[in-house]
Amino acid sequence: MTIDLKAKVPSGPLDKKWEKHRFEMKLVNPANKRKYTVIMVGSGLAGGAAAASMSELGYHVKCFCYQDSPRRAHSIAAQGGINAAKNYQNDGDSIYRLFYDTIKGGDFRSREANVYRLAEVSVNIIDQCTAQGVPFAREYGGLLANRSFGGAQVSRTFYARGQTGQQLLLGCYQALEKEIARGGVTMYSRHEMLDLIVVGGRARGIVVRDMVTGEIETHLADVVVLGTGGYGNVFYLSTNAKGCNVTAIWRAYKRGAAFANPCFTQIHPTCIPVAGEHQSKLTLMSESLRNDGRVWVPKKKEDCEKPPNEIPESDRDYYLERKYPSFGNLSPRDIASRAAKEVCDEGRGVGPGGRGVYLDFADAIKRLGKDKIRERYGNLFEMYERITDENPYEVPMRIYPAVHYTMGGLWVDYNLMSNIPGLHVIGEANFSDHGANRLGASALMQGLADGYFIIPLTIGDYLGSTKLEPVSADNAEVRAAEDAVRARMERLLTIKGSRTVTSFHRELGKVMWEYCGMARSAEGLKKALEIIPKLRAEFWRDVRVPGTGAELNQSLEHAGRVADFMELAELMCVDALQREESCGGHFRVEYQTPDGEALRRDAEFAYVAAWQFAGDGKPAVLNKEPLVFENVGLSQRSYK
Amino acid sequence: MNLTLNVWRQANADAPGRMERYDARDVSPDMSFLEMLDVVNEKLVEAGQEPIAFDHDCREGICGMCGVMINGVAHGPVPGTATCQLHMRNFEDGASITIEPWRSRAFPVVKDLVVNRSAFDRIIAAGGFITAPTGGARDANSILVAKTDADEAMDAAACIGCGACVAACPNGSASLFTAAKISHLGLLPQGQPERYRRAERMVAQMDEEGFGHCTLYGECQEACPKAISIDTIARMNRDYLVASATGKEEKVLGGTG
Repeated sequence: MTIDLKAKVPSGPLDKKWEKHRFEMKLVNPANKRKYTVIMVGSGLAGGAAAASMSELGYHVKCFCYQDSPRRAHSIAAQGGINAAKNYQNDGDSIYRLFYDTIKGGDFRSREANVYRLAEVSVNIIDQCTAQGVPFAREYGGLLANRSFGGAQVSRTFYARGQTGQQLLLGCYQALEKEIARGGVTMYSRHEMLDLIVVGGRARGIVVRDMVTGEIETHLADVVVLGTGGYGNVFYLSTNAKGCNVTAIWRAYKRGAAFANPCFTQIHPTCIPVAGEHQSKLTLMSESLRNDGRVWVPKKKEDCEKPPNEIPESDRDYYLERKYPSFGNLSPRDIASRAAKEVCDEGRGVGPGGRGVYLDFADAIKRLGKDKIRERYGNLFEMYERITDENPYEVPMRIYPAVHYTMGGLWVDYNLMSNIPGLHVIGEANFSDHGANRLGASALMQGLADGYFIIPLTIGDYLGSTKLEPVSADNAEVRAAEDAVRARMERLLTIKGSRTVTSFHRELGKVMWEYCGMARSAEGLKKALEIIPKLRAEFWRDVRVPGTGAELNQSLEHAGRVADFMELAELMCVDALQREESCGGHFRVEYQTPDGEALRRDAEFAYVAAWQFAGDGKPAVLNKEPLVFENVGLSQRSYK
Repeated sequence: MNLTLNVWRQANADAPGRMERYDARDVSPDMSFLEMLDVVNEKLVEAGQEPIAFDHDCREGICGMCGVMINGVAHGPVPGTATCQLHMRNFEDGASITIEPWRSRAFPVVKDLVVNRSAFDRIIAAGGFITAPTGGARDANSILVAKTDADEAMDAAACIGCGACVAACPNGSASLFTAAKISHLGLLPQGQPERYRRAERMVAQMDEEGFGHCTLYGECQEACPKAISIDTIARMNRDYLVASATGKEEKVLGGTG
């Protein structure tokens, strides 16, 4: 039992594939679009942009989000900026260079054609956002400003102070509200998707829970699109919002959608360190800070307790500048995170628990002046001071790596459709464009590329080439999905054990951070694979979910999400164990170069690991999509 | 530190509510306010009781989901800080803290501290956008935007839609929220074609939702976690006035009108 993974990449030269595909894809006549209903789960950059754009084209769209408003999606928290190959700065950028940087940054584990298309439409994204009134930073002459970001030697990042994510999201949220007012989109806020409905092998709807009344509802459609974000919260502590979860894509996985590269998780190097056991999430300090901040730790272990301003220059180890002279403090995230872990493991970490490194702005303040620094990073500095009670204008920031983004996700083809016909996946929820490591400022780019410019066209290809029979609410497969959801809710509510959901979530997170975090080993992963099933069994025996299902019940919501994390965690460890190489964010200690860099094994592992659910208690089936690089030569990633 | 909490509990929208007293023991000054509530909730669940329901998500002051009255002040005592960013080092050991949901007729209570703010989405739907369907945009650099305009638009665009302005206002007005969006879009060249229509329609929707009127108390600006200025309200009033004085009735023409 395997899946035939066909990426359906168009033939021909790389820079003509998307253009060719747009011509060759089936179109849906404008008058026919209104006959189709599209379900969009998720209202972030990918989901919100897609819902608005598909509605503008004429489709009926039903959009779902678990928060109280579509504008709350976690895309809103992205700080630093969005990449696009505009070359406004005249420093050598081009579509090809953005493509190349992204493929290389992904450590050669992503599909060339998808990545090239991403770079190609990036220029349109900036135009679209500006047209919507996104207040990008401007130079005095009135033109758009740019800054540089990790993993690139050109300045191609567009930003809106330190809240680019919010401003981009407001652009598509506002467009979405316009479509809601027009009647093209029906919005279901405070509704959580709990299962996918597959009828005759095609995705035909979803089962959702109204989070206020507790009612379970079925929604049927012609096509289903998931834009439900990443699964970083499997680690409990991450930069994700508290509600972010894997449930929508996990349910799809259990209904047959392949889950690709689940172990490709990204650890962001600059987050505020953990303050105590009560820590509920980790706060990101934008990568853009590394444009001007210098990362260092004391050269001597004894100096770690000293106030940083008392440590002379000669006793400071600017380790990123030392190890990677060309990229220095702008080394890609995986490299910067591992380097931080390395110096802390050596005992030269700072702050409580010795798990922190300094990000110092003293030189930048001297060079540019405090006002310029405030203009660039003001809100980030305030955020830091509020949390730690330390002033980054006067003492260096303390930072430590934290889970931030997941490159893995549901497998999709060139049309962003999964192996379940009719099920499309966009944004962080899919696996496609970032390979084993995502570059900074590219998540915003991917979400909007998928949402504005790709999915509104590719669903037309599916709809235009498929005869869809109407599905009634009484259909057996529909009823079965609904019943399964009700049964699961009931089970979680009746256990009435002794441990809270959070206590289980925290414990799972620690296991994952320890054994499936920045540095993985066969031994550690096998240990995790013994611990996780036991923890999961204990969860189903002993979790305590108060209240009933027929009301707003945040513990019940959390319990369902943690139950899914307990299963995902196992698949992630299996995936990490199977991938006997190091690439991007996946670092196996057994596979490293003599100077401690990731050692890829292209001959054996240049493929996408697409896992297929084979039944509860049975091992998942591995399907491989070989990755072929026709345009970019496979090389050892070096940022030295 | 040890604290006494007085928290509003309400089972659902139709049930009456009441204040309940809870003890929060061994609270670390480095905990955030919501982490403190998490710990209280864990103890409640362990004791077989119902935890306190409250909205939250990003816990970094940007999504606008969280928001409670803390001792009668929206988002608590620290200016420019959302509830999730407030840390317990701002309170004294032994303090008594009263925690209530946003109080506004237009924000009905859903449960405990959770309120329904969909009125805000409807105000945006009425005109808080620029009509620019995907695909038709010209090169982003082809329209110059003066840095001062871009910065001022960004100041207004920073609104996170939390509703603290409504909760703090003695009239329960949503003027700061509505004005912030009107100002953000009205300051940019792309927002000009719809500028006056936008002001007229958003203000009409704001009134329709049952929010109060603005009589320039200025409490909103003080409560706003993003320090949005009431200058935006001046701008809204001006655009609304121009719209009322010069607006023409929209005609429904044949063809594509």
